[in-house]
This record gives sequence, C-alpha cells and structure tokens, in this order.
Amino acid sequence: MTDGKGSRRRDDISIVLCGQAGQGVQTVEYLLTRLLKLAGYHVFATKEYMSRVRGGMNSTTIRVSSREVAAYVHRIDVLVPLGKGALGHVAARVSTHTIVLGEREIVGDDPAGQSFRFLEIPFTKMASDIGNKIYSNIVAVGAVAQLLGIDLEHLTDHVRRSFARKPAEVVDDNAKAARAGYEAAGGLGIDDLKLTPAPAGQVKDRLLLDGAEAVSLGAIAGGCNFVSSYPMSPSTPVLTFLAQHDREFGIIVEQAEDEISAINMAIGAWYAGARALVTTSGGGFALMTEGVSLAGMLETPVVIHLAQRPGPATGLPTRTEQGDLELALHAGHGEFPRIILAPGTLDEGFRLGWQAFNLADKHQVPVFILTDEYYIDSYYDAPAFDLSQAGVERHVVRTTKDYRRYVITQDGASPRGVPGYGEGLVVVDSDEHDEQGHITEDLDLRVRMVNKRLAKGELLDADVVPPTLIGPQDYKNLVICWGSTYHPVKEAIAQLGRDDTAMLHYSQVYPLHSGTADYMTRADRTIIVEGNATGQFARLVELHAGVPADELLLKYNGLNFGVEELVDRLNELLKDE
Amino acid sequence: MEAKVFDMGELDIAWCPGCGNFPILKTLKEAVAELDIDPTQLVMVSGIGQAAKIPHYLKAHVFNGLHGRALPPATAIKAANPKLTVIAESGDGDMCGEGGNHFIHCIRRNPNITNIVHDNRVYGLTKGQAAPTSPLGFKTPVQIHGVCSEPFNPMAVAIALNASLVARANAQDREQTKELMKKAITHKGYALLDILQPCVTYNKLNTYQWFKEHTYYLDDSYDPHDRMAAFQKATETEKLPLGVLYLSPDKPPFEDNTGIYHEDSRPLYERQVDVEKLRGLMTSLVS
Repeated sequence: MTDGKGSRRRDDISIVLCGQAGQGVQTVEYLLTRLLKLAGYHVFATKEYMSRVRGGMNSTTIRVSSREVAAYVHRIDVLVPLGKGALGHVAARVSTHTIVLGEREIVGDDPAGQSFRFLEIPFTKMASDIGNKIYSNIVAVGAVAQLLGIDLEHLTDHVRRSFARKPAEVVDDNAKAARAGYEAAGGLGIDDLKLTPAPAGQVKDRLLLDGAEAVSLGAIAGGCNFVSSYPMSPSTPVLTFLAQHDREFGIIVEQAEDEISAINMAIGAWYAGARALVTTSGGGFALMTEGVSLAGMLETPVVIHLAQRPGPATGLPTRTEQGDLELALHAGHGEFPRIILAPGTLDEGFRLGWQAFNLADKHQVPVFILTDEYYIDSYYDAPAFDLSQAGVERHVVRTTKDYRRYVITQDGASPRGVPGYGEGLVVVDSDEHDEQGHITEDLDLRVRMVNKRLAKGELLDADVVPPTLIGPQDYKNLVICWGSTYHPVKEAIAQLGRDDTAMLHYSQVYPLHSGTADYMTRADRTIIVEGNATGQFARLVELHAGVPADELLLKYNGLNFGVEELVDRLNELLKDE
Repeated sequence: MEAKVFDMGELDIAWCPGCGNFPILKTLKEAVAELDIDPTQLVMVSGIGQAAKIPHYLKAHVFNGLHGRALPPATAIKAANPKLTVIAESGDGDMCGEGGNHFIHCIRRNPNITNIVHDNRVYGLTKGQAAPTSPLGFKTPVQIHGVCSEPFNPMAVAIALNASLVARANAQDREQTKELMKKAITHKGYALLDILQPCVTYNKLNTYQWFKEHTYYLDDSYDPHDRMAAFQKATETEKLPLGVLYLSPDKPPFEDNTGIYHEDSRPLYERQVDVEKLRGLMTSLVS
C-alpha cells in the first residue's frame, strides 16, 4: 500500500524487545503497547523469559496492526536490543528484512555485512545528554514511534501521562527523551515501516489484558470469594490479580503452606458456602490430586485453574506446553465425573471463568480451567466482556431438619446444603457414606452411591460447550486444536488461503462434545494440533469419539506455536493431495 | 442444654472396647452442651484414623476429610462462615505426622478454631505402627528394633510457634478434660488441646495406669502467659503437666485478618458479586 507521497505503508509489524531481566524490556513494552493502542492500532504482545530474577535473556514480541492481531509470529520487523547478547538470543528470527534499532556497542562493533539493516541510535548517550541514562529506554520508545509513523503529540502526551506521578522535572525529562528518540529516528530517512492509518475509534475503548486477567475477571464474575494457592509459575498472576482486589470484592486470598493445603482449604470453603478457586501449575497440581479425589467423593464443587508448563518434574518453569491434559483428566484415585475447560480467546477465558463456578456448583464436581504459560502471559486488545450474561447461579438449598446430603435421586445430583443455613446437618465423608453422609461399609449401598456419582456425568453432557468451527462447512481438511492454540491456528489457516480447510477449536475438552465424531468423519483428512509430544487430545478424541486423527502436528520445545511454522507444517501435511 | 441433644441413637461404633476415645466423646458432648452450642452451629472436622471417626458419633455438621488434612478445611470453614463453631479433631498421627505441615502453619495462621488431638502414641487403624509421638525404643511390627526418631512434641512445637492457647488433658479425668475443652472452644483464636489417652490394643506401655502415674496438674501459681516457663513445662517428659500450658491471647484470628468481615458480618454464602465494581475494574483495563 502507498500513501500520497509514494512510500509503502505496512499493516502488520512485529517489534521485538530483547535484553536481560532488569534492562527495561518491560518498561518499553508497557509504554509502546499502550501508545500504539491509544493511537488507534490493534496490539498483541507475548513474552518468553528465563527462570531467574536478574540477568538471563528475555524477549517480548509486540505485533501492531490496523486489523485484529492475537497470535505470535516468528519474524522480526524491528528489533530493539536492550542488552549485549540480544542479537544472538533471537538470531534465528532475524532476516535481511529486519531493522535493528539501537546502540552500536550492544549490536556489535561492525554490524556492516550482517544479515539485517542496522539503524544506529545512541540511546544511552542521548539520555545522558538529557540528564540521566535511565531515560535511554524512553529514547528507544520515541525512536520506534517515529519509525511506525505515530504522531509526536500522541507520543509525548502518552509519556507525560505515564509518568504523571513523578516530579515535574522527571516528567519533562522523559518527554524530552521521547522527543529526542523520535527526532533522531526521523533523521534516518526510513519510511517503509510507517503503519497504515488506524481505523477510527475502533480500538481505543477496547480492553488490553492478558489471559491471567481474563480468567481472574471471569472468576470474580462467577462469585469467586475464596482463593487458596501456593505460588508457582505460570499460574501465579491469577493469584496476584485476585489478591490485589481482595477487599474490594470481598475475596479471602490465602497463600497456603503447600498445594495440598490449598485444595483442602478450597474444598472446605465450598462446603461452608464459599465459591473457591485454586490456581496452580505442574507439580503443584500433582500434589492436589488427592484433593481432587476428595471433591469427587464429597461431591463438593471446586474450581481448579491449571496453567500448564513443560514437565516432567520441574521441567521448564517459565515455558509453555499443553502437556497436562491427561493429568487433569485422570487426577485423583477412584471414579468420578469432572469437567475440563480450555479457553483459547480472552473472551473465552472470561466466560469460562464464571461458567466454571456455576458448573461446579450445579453439578458438584471438580471443574478445571486448563490454560498454559502462553495463554496466561499473552495479551491483546479485546472488546469489553459482556457482564450482562455473566452471573452467579446458586445451587445451595436451605436445609430442613431431616436433610440428607446424599439423598439418592434419579439423575444423581443431591441438593447441596451448607452448615448454618437451615435446620439440617450437613455431613460429608471421604469414606464411602450413606445418604446422611455417615461412614458405611454396606456394599450394596456402595454400588448405589457409585452409580449416583457417575450418573451426574450424564448431566454434564447437556452443558458441554460446543467446539468452534471456523472456515467452510464443506471442508475436506479439518484442523482440530484446543486451548491456547486458537489464535495461531486460526491465523495460519487464514494464510493457507484454502477453501477446503476448516478449523475446529475445543474450549471444553472433557466431557468431549458429542458431535465430534460427526465433525471428523465429514473430513477427508483430520489434523490435530497440540503443544505436547504425544498427542494427548488426539488420544482423548479417539477414545471418546472413536475416530483417530489422520495426522498430529505437535510441538514440545517449551515454546508456543508461531503462525509461520504452522503455515509451513500444515502446507507440508496438505501438499500431497 | 443437655448432652443427650448430641446423641446419635443406636450406633455401631468402630472403636475397641475400653478405648480412650469413648470418654473423650462423652466429655465432648457434655462440654458443647454446657456451652449451649446448637448442633446446627457446630462443625466437626477430622482426618482419617480411629479418633477421626468421632464426628460420626455426635450430632453436628461433619467434614470428615483426608488423612492429615483436617486443619486446612477447618480453617476455611471458619473463614467462610465465622458464626460457626469449628472443632478439628483427629489422632496424633493424623495431626502431627501426615498433617504436620498443616499443624505448623495452622498455628501461624491462628484461625478461631479448636484443635483436639487424641494422643495415644501409636497408630491404631493401620494396626500398631509407631506414631510421631511414640517414645524412643517403642517396638512395633514395623519399628522392630524400636523407635529411634525423636518423639514429636506437639506442646513444645505449638509454644515455639506462639500458639494462641496450648493445653493438655488426660482422657481419664473427664472433669478436667471437659473444663479444658470449654476453655479451648470459647477461646478466641487457635486452641490446641492434646488429650492423652491409651490405646488398649496396640500400646501396652502407655496404659490408663501409666498416664495416671506420669501426669500431674499445673496449679494456680503457674502463669501460662510466661512463654519460657511454658516451654520448659512442655519439654518435661518424666511426668507430663496437665492444664493450660500456654496462652497468647491477644492475637487477631485469621478470619479477622481477611478484612472482609469488618463492615459486613454476613457469611460468604449470603454474598453477591458487585457487578458495578466489576465493570469499573474491567474498564480500568482499557489502557
């Protein structure tokens, strides 16, 4: 696309910030993403980072476009290295099209002849000239803003607002630094990164949030008022978010001594009428599995946010994987029903967040919200969530004197009372129990109780969230995915440009939607995409829908899928038709 | 209120004849009756073991959870509805062995609950192995050469953690046990009551007679507010002191520390989501 002056304009630019922890990646990311959104553009950002507090090498990828963007891309259009070693860290993503913007001594002594375009701007020297080298990151923000063609007014206003709580001279110096970077980049004569004009008014009022915030807001909307958890990456942001709003929303937030305590507290809280959440990952969840079984036996609801990371054991603590589906599916000894949700979009994170509490309350089963590091840490602009649909559906009954917690009913669900509400006594026992709730070894009663608990499983089928089909109804190829792979797969399939290929995304993976076999048998070829080494969802689908997938497209190096690699690998799988 | 209010009628009780659990059950019913606690306001929480079956044998709400895990749900139940009286009651293996980490951190957290520990120094339900409280040299089918790990001292651990109330009773003395139960239940904050009791089947050492000969009563001259003195009392092993060993009465309970009951005393089950506040929070994420 060209503007009146004949220069090309771009519609989808990927900017990568890279440096050691503590070198300002987060500051630049925060300022740039908000600036671009204020300027009317859609933004997406995701990070990859090492499991350490200082040092190491971390990077953030920001995408900016006049169209909605919500997936990671591999390519780098603009690289801003903020520390030595940055170039090496992202070398595989740098091409001759990449513009590297920054200081000569960080990039290397002789960048000439390297495979990228180097634009030298001495961030630190310019910042020192203004008064303090700590402004160097703001110089960088200004320089990027110039390359993308953002108005100078927008830039300086935004920087001033962002530092508004600082002393006036600090605010002025930051604004000067931004302007200096802007002007320095202006002198370089680069105009092939200018963004197409932003669509008027579409983006400014949208939310900008990450997966952790979407799930947390959903939990609040679902009446969550008790959170007990033990910190563990990548699940902790949900704990932090809810802790920061605890008194505002009347939420008890307790950091437990271990995950065993956390889930036993949550089950106790539900028993007493609270709506409780645990948020955990990998090994932390492994410690909770006996508690999951307890919830199954007591028929006490519980909501478990499980943010996956690569295992076994400690694995890669800050990386991503979809490797704990089968753990969630089988966690807990004995046989009892459960629900596993797996949001792909932020809107699904919110919606399934509150629905999880209602489903748990209604069916008296453990409900999982299965996310992963990529989902939790990625953010983009999204329309405001629909609060009119959200709400608390309470299923607690007032007890009468003759109340029996486990009265055997046709459909398996017994009305759930809570202690202190009504005349009855609420008796729950992890042992096999009678209708009253008291311990029993009556083996005929045992069979009736097992049947009652499993009968609830059939009720769950009526509430299954249907999968989302995107693309032609008369597809020949069906690409199936679940959870956080929604956006990368969607964008990759759009890029394939094939009218014979559709995508089917599951945001509830268990119980599996009853239409699954039908979706699959309508296709000539099915491909299941997932972020693990063995195809766990494919196994689940084969077991419950009876249809094996033709191909698996897997990834398990600790990183999420990028759009380009999905395009390449899908093309490869589809080429021999 | 009469103790029979808490009777369950005909029951097939799973304890051995002569078990120390029987006097504890009878005494507990009397204690809660004398305190006029309605069964619908009393929640009995336990783990697994012979002692942990006690909630099934009196009229109250019951949360009989997992082995070692009585204290986390008991803490949460009290926090979700502070109007309830919550008693977490299990054996020494459940509380100090499997649940040892929760025991420590529950004391730190200081919920306003009563923690009754049936301390018979042996595992009953699993048939006679050592408990964390078993004395050195104690022989069992598993510890065939005798216990060589230092016995767990719940009194000393609780005092070290500045527990709000720490007391010990002998199950045989039902009168003193009842008074200590009433003190523990009415105390504001975490209250530990360790009750010495024999296991007539698996512990041939710590018998009714042994406990009689190896305990004594703290008299009125003893000041339970003196932490160092309390610690000294807790480490006595020749003759075990009975009574309130330690009091640290001015600690705010966990549920007060949550801050959510300061202006609103309603339990969590009565509360609604403030949708307008939620809208405000969501809108704050526009930039």
